[in-house]
Amino acid sequence: MSQYLILIYEDEAGYAGASPEVWNEVMAGHNAFGENCAKVIQGGNALQPTSTATTVRPDGAGGFTVTDGPFVETKEALGGYYLIEAADLDEAIAIAKQVPATFGGLEVRPIMVLT
Amino acid sequence: MSEATSAVAEAHRSEWAFVLAATVRVTRDLDVAEECVQDAYAQALSTWGRTGVPAKPGAWLTTVARRRALDLMRREVRFRRTLPLLVEDDVEPPMEPDSAGFPDDRLRLICTCCHPALARDAQVALTLRLLCGLSTAEVARAFLVSEPTMAARITRAKKKIAAARIPYRVPSPDELPERIDAVLDVVHLVFTTGHTAPAGGDLVRRDLVERARDLAVMLHALVPGNSDVAGLLALILLTDARRATRVGPDGRLIRLADQDRALWDPGAISQGTELVRAALRSRPPGRYALQAAIAAVHAEAPSWDATDWAEIVALYDVLVQIWPSPVVALNRAAAVGFAKGPAAGLAELDALAGEPQLAGYGYLPAARAEFLQQLGRRDEARLAYQEALLLTENDVERAFLAERADAL
Repeated sequence: MSQYLILIYEDEAGYAGASPEVWNEVMAGHNAFGENCAKVIQGGNALQPTSTATTVRPDGAGGFTVTDGPFVETKEALGGYYLIEAADLDEAIAIAKQVPATFGGLEVRPIMVLT
Repeated sequence: MSEATSAVAEAHRSEWAFVLAATVRVTRDLDVAEECVQDAYAQALSTWGRTGVPAKPGAWLTTVARRRALDLMRREVRFRRTLPLLVEDDVEPPMEPDSAGFPDDRLRLICTCCHPALARDAQVALTLRLLCGLSTAEVARAFLVSEPTMAARITRAKKKIAAARIPYRVPSPDELPERIDAVLDVVHLVFTTGHTAPAGGDLVRRDLVERARDLAVMLHALVPGNSDVAGLLALILLTDARRATRVGPDGRLIRLADQDRALWDPGAISQGTELVRAALRSRPPGRYALQAAIAAVHAEAPSWDATDWAEIVALYDVLVQIWPSPVVALNRAAAVGFAKGPAAGLAELDALAGEPQLAGYGYLPAARAEFLQQLGRRDEARLAYQEALLLTENDVERAFLAERADAL
């Protein structure tokens, strides 16, 4: 078995303007995913929007530059993730297809195994 | 060429995919498997001259390659692997093992090479390299990129297969049709790139056309019931049946209208026509089967003027429904012009003028030029030929267009 991170990238504006019905639908989607895939989910979290993000970069001179905002500004931003276990990429993709991503999509990344 | 050398060359072409696919099962590593298979071919070259060509060259090569793989792996405990092993399952492939007892893993290999998680250009490169046994230099030449670029592309794709664990297995029956579609896209791309090379001095890249045909023949043998596979094989056979007539002895392009149909390959036409009939029985018919049906109408027409254009337009009408591509719409528009006259064709073409996907596509102005010329609108025709010339990088097509423009 291998581990994969499913990253949820969505347009934050979609949520900002979403009605309570849409919110409930998304929450119900995540709950259903959590139940259906309980056996393979090893972790996961939703993130606060990128307006709360802070970027910290080494300045190359031993110090750091701390700035307001996400590392990269993109229309669809990382908004949450699941850590899952799967036999192979096909299985991981099949699991990812069950994650709600109404306002964007998902990225599936294998976790590096250090030997 | 000695008998042994030509036997090795023939086995390279016909058995490479089988030998490699069977060896990957042992190594579970594409690079190591390739190395072992190359060694086996090198050994064949030195051995077959002495001992004669074995009765079953593929089985001989597979035995040698797999033995070499086992040797390497026994020694490999000393080496540290850099990439994880390929994932495979224990389910035997649905095909019967061949008489020498090796399983036919070619479907696993091609489904892995054409996995949707790989970029299209990587899928094509891996397929040519692993299924057809082309060297990196040959694949690079086929797609007009530098060898280091192609080497990097192939290495990156192999790394992704291993690190992301793209499995080495035949997809489950419910996924198989979709995965076969991806494989067919790759084979079709290899064929079209060869049939009319996007750039360069030759109109046709025979090597690519033949590789595509071999791949389609292989797929048809592996999944005989799949009508899309049959459709693509039919399309390739029927289109390539015209190979002897597409370029004149002076290297000039000869249009379908002017080709000597007596020189078309009757064997390829009858085989293609038979396949397309069978493929069209599946409902709804697939895109390749419909394209092949259009090619079959041309193949059966005694001359350009006697072509059943109404039938061709009707087939395009269905095709554009199931495959709404602007390029298909363009071909349909041209067919309308041949069926109903240049004014009707031009109107159809002009309706596509705003299509962003056709913005850089030279066949649109080329078709417009043709109809404008027939309508006697010479200045506009000349402009359209010039526009087409700007968008075409194949020398033979360029010469053809320039000549048409000059003749106005």
